[in-house]
Amino acid sequence: MPIQYYIYLCLTLFSIGIIGVLTRRNAIIVFMCIELMLNAVNLLLVAFSKMHLATALVADKATKVGTDGQLFVFFIMVVAAAEVSVGLAIIVMLYRNTHSVDINFLNRLKN
Amino acid sequence: MSKLVYLIPLFPLLGFLINGLGRKHLSKSMIGIIGTGTILASFIVSVLVFFDVKATGTSTVVTLFNFIQVKGLLIPFAFQVDQLSVIFLLIITGIGTLIHLYSTAYMHDEEAAHFGRYFAYLNLFIFSMLLLVLGANYVIMFIGWEGVGLCSYLLIGYWFKNNHYNYAAKKAFVMNRIGDLGFLLAVFWLIFKLGTATYSDVFLHVDKLSAFDITAITTLLFVGAMGKSAQIPLYTWLPDAMAGPTPVSALIHAATMVTAGIYMIARTNLLYSMAPGTQTLIAIVGLATAIFAATIALKQNDIKKVLAYSTVSQLGYMFLGLGVGAYTGAVFHVMTHAFFKALLFLGAGSVIHAMHHEQDITKMGGLKKFMPITHITFLLACLAIAGIPPFSGFFSKDEILMAAYAKNPIYYYVGLGGALMTAFYMFRLYTLTFLGRFRGTQAQAAHVHESPIAMTLPLIVLAILSVIGGLIGIPEVFAKDAHSLGNFLTPIFAQSAALATEHHLQASQEYLFMGVSTLLIAGIILYTINSYKKYQSTETENTGLAKVLENKWYIDELYDAIIVKPLDAIAGFFKNIIEKNIIDGGVNGVGKLVSYSSRQIRLLQSGQVGNYVLIMVLAIVVFILIWFNDLTLSYYLNRLFKNA
Repeated sequence: MPIQYYIYLCLTLFSIGIIGVLTRRNAIIVFMCIELMLNAVNLLLVAFSKMHLATALVADKATKVGTDGQLFVFFIMVVAAAEVSVGLAIIVMLYRNTHSVDINFLNRLKN
Repeated sequence: MSKLVYLIPLFPLLGFLINGLGRKHLSKSMIGIIGTGTILASFIVSVLVFFDVKATGTSTVVTLFNFIQVKGLLIPFAFQVDQLSVIFLLIITGIGTLIHLYSTAYMHDEEAAHFGRYFAYLNLFIFSMLLLVLGANYVIMFIGWEGVGLCSYLLIGYWFKNNHYNYAAKKAFVMNRIGDLGFLLAVFWLIFKLGTATYSDVFLHVDKLSAFDITAITTLLFVGAMGKSAQIPLYTWLPDAMAGPTPVSALIHAATMVTAGIYMIARTNLLYSMAPGTQTLIAIVGLATAIFAATIALKQNDIKKVLAYSTVSQLGYMFLGLGVGAYTGAVFHVMTHAFFKALLFLGAGSVIHAMHHEQDITKMGGLKKFMPITHITFLLACLAIAGIPPFSGFFSKDEILMAAYAKNPIYYYVGLGGALMTAFYMFRLYTLTFLGRFRGTQAQAAHVHESPIAMTLPLIVLAILSVIGGLIGIPEVFAKDAHSLGNFLTPIFAQSAALATEHHLQASQEYLFMGVSTLLIAGIILYTINSYKKYQSTETENTGLAKVLENKWYIDELYDAIIVKPLDAIAGFFKNIIEKNIIDGGVNGVGKLVSYSSRQIRLLQSGQVGNYVLIMVLAIVVFILIWFNDLTLSYYLNRLFKNA
């Protein structure tokens, strides 16, 4: 499939993620949107890796181009996992203190 | 031996540092010993250097290091040891030692820390004065010139808790400064035209200067001398400077600092001999000052003020001598004046000390029987300053007046008038203080006594010098070639003597003048003693001319009106309008601006997490835009700032 389709899809997913982060009030929904952004990026990385391999295979049958893209995806997945665990822990503590997951409630940083 | 000349200023400098830094830790006797001992050591070295110069008759230049060394200008920190400087060295260190010794007794009422401060300042003063006379170029002289001005300020304002004294000290310093401007301009002019400020180089290359240059430089140097040596119009600081302790008045304002101007002109005698216009100016200003100050002294009632105006008057005579080309005479008068004026001031200090800080001579009288040594020495000094032979003042004053007559007879007659006034006011002072009935209070009468040996010994030494000091300057008419001082100083003034047109008076004329002036002076003395012997202090106000004289011809009030008040008004304008509104307003305004903007920016901190994330996202978008459009962006930025 032409690479543009992948790019448009990831762009859409990424924008939905950003708008979600900026707009939604529930902290857990915000986290889901962050995950959405990360996954969009993962998709794009894999797509480009395949594209580079395809273009290189035409020239040379035994090439190993494009593995770094896929490798980076693993890193991102690891980071996402760590971040989710920490973030959910914080939300749980937050809920315990304030009995709400509404981010507008968290204006204690003001003073 | 001349190589050791650097020791001479070094000792007082060390004394200044030790007494100054250690004034809270040393005892008073230690401070006195260090202060006096350093000057005594300098005096001993000066004597050795003097004999060296006398024997070899040459001038040596001892360079210590290069003070200013830039392309095209070299000013070494060098000392010039020749006949003129050793004479002044002896005067400064010799009289300095006596005055330091005197001060140990006069200032004994002070606390140790202030005692130390006094001696530190005195030593610093001697150090600066020595730099002044030893310097081999005008820049080193100027360092000493400024230093003595500074020490004069510090010492006049020594009792700093009294605001009047502080005002007098400020006045002295500011008037000195005005003169210093003239001095500096002259030095700059010299350096600009000749590229050097060293005496020997300047005198060697004097033909490179045009007549206009020489006249301008000599006049500007004389402006400096006017300030330092208290000539019209910059003399009013000296009577006010009597606010300082009496030994300070003796040292600074009688014997040394005020003679710096004369030294400077004597050193530059070649340039002055080539500028007859300036010489006439100097002679006229000197003569005018001599007469003017003498008239004021006729009606003063403070013992130190009379002596102060007497100093201004005698300095006028010295400048008269310089103006008519009698350089040796002027230097001779500096020397004899140093002796008898220091003696007069120290004697006055002795009287003030005994009368418990009473300075009004209408409240004194009859002190002859209480203070015999002070009385005799004071009388000898008065005879010397009046010009009675064979005391020293006669020879020096006579030499100047004879040279003045040779230039222009009017100078002589006016100068003679001044000499008669000198005799009058000095003997009025003497009679009112020492003769007649005691006019003080009972309490004072009970306590008045002769001063301790530390004070009377300098008086005796100075009295001996005042009496026999004239013998080194016996004029030609009495004995051929007996003018030892003149012979000694010949190399210094040789070039000027070659330029001068010699008029010599005939011997008979000179005898006539000497005889007549002596008789007149003696007559005035006897008349004065007679009229003031039976003085009763009257309560009547002076009227008419007497009132004008008593108020110093209202010169201080004149300066106040035309100079001080306008300056105060200008300063007030600058302070209230420019300083307060514009400068302070500006600086405070910046502060207010910062507070205001920080208050506005603080509103960004809403504490809403959503806001923070929004700003993060916006920033990332901006960065991405810049990154991917770097080329277009730089193109547009270049177009915008094309002219930068």
